[in-house]
Amino acid sequence: MAKHLLLKHYRGAPAGVDDVPMDRWTPEEVTAHLRYMDEFADRLRATGEYVDGQALAPTGAWVRHDGEGRPPVTDGPFAETKDLVAGWMVIDVDSWDRAVELAGELSAAPGAGGRPLHEWLEVHPFLTAPPTVTE
Amino acid sequence: MDGTVDGTVDEALLRRLVPEVLTVLVRRGAGFAEAEDAAQEALLDAVRSWPRDPPRDPKAWLVTVSWRRLVDATRAEDARRRREERLQAEPPAGPVTSDDDTLQLYFLCAHPALSPSSAVALTLRAVGGLTTRQIAQAHLVPEATVAQRISRAKRTVAQAGPGGGGDVATVLRVLYLVFNEGYSGDVDLAAEAIRLTRRLAGVVDHPEVAGLLALQLLHHARRAARTDAGGALVPLAQQDRGRWDTTLVAEGVAVLQAALTRDRLGPFQAQAAIAALHADARRAEETDWGQIVEWYDELLRLEDSPVVRLNRAVAVGEADGGPAGLAALAGLDPSLPRYAAVSAHLHEKCGDTATAAGLYAEAARRATNAPERDHLVRQSARLNRSPGPGR
Repeated sequence: MAKHLLLKHYRGAPAGVDDVPMDRWTPEEVTAHLRYMDEFADRLRATGEYVDGQALAPTGAWVRHDGEGRPPVTDGPFAETKDLVAGWMVIDVDSWDRAVELAGELSAAPGAGGRPLHEWLEVHPFLTAPPTVTE
Repeated sequence: MDGTVDGTVDEALLRRLVPEVLTVLVRRGAGFAEAEDAAQEALLDAVRSWPRDPPRDPKAWLVTVSWRRLVDATRAEDARRRREERLQAEPPAGPVTSDDDTLQLYFLCAHPALSPSSAVALTLRAVGGLTTRQIAQAHLVPEATVAQRISRAKRTVAQAGPGGGGDVATVLRVLYLVFNEGYSGDVDLAAEAIRLTRRLAGVVDHPEVAGLLALQLLHHARRAARTDAGGALVPLAQQDRGRWDTTLVAEGVAVLQAALTRDRLGPFQAQAAIAALHADARRAEETDWGQIVEWYDELLRLEDSPVVRLNRAVAVGEADGGPAGLAALAGLDPSLPRYAAVSAHLHEKCGDTATAAGLYAEAARRATNAPERDHLVRQSARLNRSPGPGR
């Protein structure tokens, strides 16, 4: 009963075991990878642990306020060195251990040659509502 | 009582009746999952037909319609002969739920084979009569997720076989979890937990059930005072005690006192006794911390846990001063949740503002909920702005 964020990076994560960029995979390997992600989400729906999942485009920009009456300042596209988030999944699980177990499964999504990616994923617990009993 | 209020269905009545109907169906031999589905369908029928055609006896109506739904559902699989046998065997509708049946339903929903989140969802649905949508809103997860959680839970209970289930202790753990989740969205889970615990107390005579009910009432009484107008957390010492709900306090104290005379002390009664001592103090300075420490000692004897020791250290700090509190803290694992916050508070009491400010900042980084984190950040900021002994 605690929500956790599983965060997937285009870049910025520690190098995986099998770090072949996705555009060097075969189309079938890309399809197999995406299917694995879908099936993973379906399994979590069936166990009652799925909350949300979204993929992000690699494009975008930094934006900030630039004073009253002025348009926001943008700075982009993202520099090649920046962490780049590829997508996330939100899960609602009974424990941190379960969140880690699921992240491990997600990290085993197949990559080049159909081998598990061993990709590094971030796992973050959500801040919750405060408990009723505190003393 | 015809099941309607001002021409619309009396939803509170429906919610109270659905679990009772469910227990009747289960006792008649229906599978738990099928009975649940049938009861939910009867509920929808009631919402549609009662406004123009109110039933004379809402519960008998629901039992009859659910049973018919159950039979309809089985028809697809069963032979006509078997269906007719079932219909013939149908006992007359009427006042049918006994206390034992209700208790059995609580036990089923707190089955030890269920994970905590499944037991919570199933209890809210089957005992509490909440809809899947309401449970989903309360937990801020998709409705489909909760639906799956409940249907898996029902399967788990069914596979575990009849006669199984939890006991009073597992039920109390589930109800405590529900209460502690508080409220978000439309459904007030704390109030729901109180409602379910109150009903449990009506069907089983057990001092710890009374203890949990008292604990819930006493904490719920403070709810309005726990946050300020902007939603920020207000710690107990600074709460406007005029905003505590005196009716709930009085009921909580009465329930607790009746339980304590039974002389079968348990952890919930001890925790309720601590909450009652806070409720007794009209101003924070009048709190009888000496007695609170004694109750923590009692609680430790019943249930020795690091969290209890941590809370006891806070009470010792108030009763005997900061250094005594820090001494009580010694030996506890600093990675405990809220350890840094307690340590910060006690260092501040000792006048060690710099250490306290650092510890508050560390506690904020380790907080697991946003209001507590924000509160701790403000504490750290307050001490960093005004060096020297804090208040």
